[in-house]
Amino acid sequence: MSEPRYSIGIDLGTTHCALSYVDFAGSDGEKTTQDVLPITQLTAPATIDDLPLLPSFLYLPHPSELAPFDLGLPWTGGRDFAVGEMARSRGAGTPIRLVSSAKSWLCHPGVDRRAAILPNDAPPEVTRVSPLETSIRYLTHLREAWDHGHPDAPFSEQEITVTIPASFDPAARELTAEAAQAAGYAGMTLLEEPQAALYSWIQKTDGQWRKQVRVGDIILVVDVGGGTTDLSLIAVIEREGNLELHRVAVGEHILLGGDNMDLALAHVVARKLAAQGTQPDPWQLRALTYACRAAKETLLTDATADAVPLVVPSRGAKLIGGSIRAELTRDELTQTILQGFFPQVDSAARPVSRARAGLTQLGLPYAQDAAVTRHLAAFLGRQVAALAELEGLQSTQPEGTSFLHPTAMLFNGGVFKSPLLVERILQTLNGWLAAEGAAPARLLEGADLDLAVARGAAYYGYVKRGQGVRIRGGIARAFYIAVESAMPAVPGLEPPIQALCVAPFGMEEGTEAELPTQEFGLVVGEPVHFRFFGSSVRRQDQVGTLLDYWSPEELQELDEIQATLPPEGRSPGEIVAVKLHARVTEAGTLELEAIPRGTGERWKVEFDVRGNANA
Amino acid sequence: MTDSNVSFLGRISLAVGTFFSILGDGEFAARVQRLRSGAPATAAPVATPAPVAAPAPTPAPQPAAPTLKQASPDAALQLLGLLQRDARFIDFVEEDVAGYSDADIGAAARVVHGGCRTVLREHFTIRPVREEAEGSRVTLPEGFDATAVRLTGNVVGKAPFTGSLSHRGWRVEDVRLPKLAASHDASVIAAAEVEL
Repeated sequence: MSEPRYSIGIDLGTTHCALSYVDFAGSDGEKTTQDVLPITQLTAPATIDDLPLLPSFLYLPHPSELAPFDLGLPWTGGRDFAVGEMARSRGAGTPIRLVSSAKSWLCHPGVDRRAAILPNDAPPEVTRVSPLETSIRYLTHLREAWDHGHPDAPFSEQEITVTIPASFDPAARELTAEAAQAAGYAGMTLLEEPQAALYSWIQKTDGQWRKQVRVGDIILVVDVGGGTTDLSLIAVIEREGNLELHRVAVGEHILLGGDNMDLALAHVVARKLAAQGTQPDPWQLRALTYACRAAKETLLTDATADAVPLVVPSRGAKLIGGSIRAELTRDELTQTILQGFFPQVDSAARPVSRARAGLTQLGLPYAQDAAVTRHLAAFLGRQVAALAELEGLQSTQPEGTSFLHPTAMLFNGGVFKSPLLVERILQTLNGWLAAEGAAPARLLEGADLDLAVARGAAYYGYVKRGQGVRIRGGIARAFYIAVESAMPAVPGLEPPIQALCVAPFGMEEGTEAELPTQEFGLVVGEPVHFRFFGSSVRRQDQVGTLLDYWSPEELQELDEIQATLPPEGRSPGEIVAVKLHARVTEAGTLELEAIPRGTGERWKVEFDVRGNANA
Repeated sequence: MTDSNVSFLGRISLAVGTFFSILGDGEFAARVQRLRSGAPATAAPVATPAPVAAPAPTPAPQPAAPTLKQASPDAALQLLGLLQRDARFIDFVEEDVAGYSDADIGAAARVVHGGCRTVLREHFTIRPVREEAEGSRVTLPEGFDATAVRLTGNVVGKAPFTGSLSHRGWRVEDVRLPKLAASHDASVIAAAEVEL
């Protein structure tokens, strides 16, 4: 493989994908030559256009729905599906053939992510696809679009970075890496989206970032995408006279984003229309959602506007006679968005979780509490001790604080184009800080809200090759497996379990954990399941640490892991003692291996992504 | 002329004007005037796809007769398709507005206006021919581009001409129309929809 010419960054988003690239030859030090690839895609049957974003939608047409060449792309005529803008617009009329939010399904612990389950509500006749396959199709499209535009610099020979939410668990990370592999991304690296946003901010300052942050700064990155909210804390420390960035904590996976806000507004307006005797049908409700998005943006950017008129065009050709008129007022917006999604709560507030009502549907596990500020309060509260282990920062937080005090904030995601929302979060956070006598947090400005993640990913691929500052931090969780405790069993109770740490917090890419002393008996030829846990707060545990007790706040149960020893050289049924060994790959995924005693063998332990009925 | 304060519908007709100026050979000012009187009528040939948008008779009785070029109907049909898809343009123009109140028409005009604007911004880069504010005094040197600037009123004497800018004009700097598969029938600018 020849030396790469470009570092390519790919934002594989819930609602949109983007591709940005840095030209190695045209870049030196912190000055980079960077572009965003206009992505060639179908925008309508037989119509090809180049758009800056690729909507993350997959449409599975009926065989007689389209003419023979309607799905052709400049580089292939052999597709029987569409991704991108055409999929999005076509699917609006036929939702049973539309796959959307595949990324949220990819990390849904309740379903089998390799099984053809999407679209979720499709009739049996529609050939479904798996969340994994959907991601492969988006990634493949991006690779092909690149190769079409750059025949002299094949995609497979470039430095590739794909972004994922910081809150993705090891199984979702591995599935993303697997999808990239299947889409022909050789030697790809994963990068957390909030980190990518910060890289993009650094890149945009052209080296001036050192003047805007100082040692001891704790940067809170709030990234609200179309479908997810992702939180990260990044500390600025000094090492050997240089400023260094250290990612100290990441938030929980919160399925809540800009799309939820638009939908909430559409329902408010639909209720108003229903009160006037007009019941919008599903098609009109979708049109109303688009209209509400535009109205929301107008009201959130223009503080003088009190109401924005909305028009839902009729479906038929009678535009004037059949359209529905409504309006969105500032009161409704304040009530729905500011009170509903960004309420001014105090720092002790926590998200409300309701007991699931009766039968749980096999849908996406959306956040039960829509209040981003409450999730933020919970995150900072949980991470109050995040700096305790970080050299040089132990003393920066005052004694007796109830939450971790950030000193600077970076926003990412389209919803923050509204200065009102930025102001709202900043004000809420600064209120919390003032209550504990701390200085207000500063806003890091100049972020590119739509494309920062792709741009930051491309910039990361560039700094990885030795130019510019890198964010350190390794994995943001410690991982544990459950072992049955030696305590006597009590009839009627589940046998108590202990949690054995197999991978400590902060393991860096390309490193291995030490080998634990504990051994497990694996039955040759039979799969053995282990319950698997992650903790985003236990920074002190080392490999081999055994926990007898933990609070639900501390350890979260993840997908099970599964080990199978192949029967080669052994007799089936034989029990072999193995040790479990963790390593973090260069790509950024966690790998667990079973190492039988006394041999040089290593067997990969798989994450069980087939879904857990209890999840 | 009420160019400085264009109403909603007026802006839509301006969008139409822009549309045709792109199809033709650039005699923009002449076309805007022509369109003001009969825009919808010129859009009608769309129903019969073959000979569309007859080339403008160039009013230039020069010694050698100019070569006329036939505008390709495909780009025109494609633009109509985009305007219909994003702005419901054909629906709006084909509808009889006589029976509706101004408020109803205004509401529909928002859809058309917003959509036309999206189409123009996405697929064209349009800039004023003259950057000066309308109403300001401008001086045209000898040999100015008579296609880009049209003289009106007391047109006497010789260059340099000084006068008041009554319309800034528009010039398309870039056209980015989507590409179409060769086999695609562009004459269907909006497919009929049948809900099952």
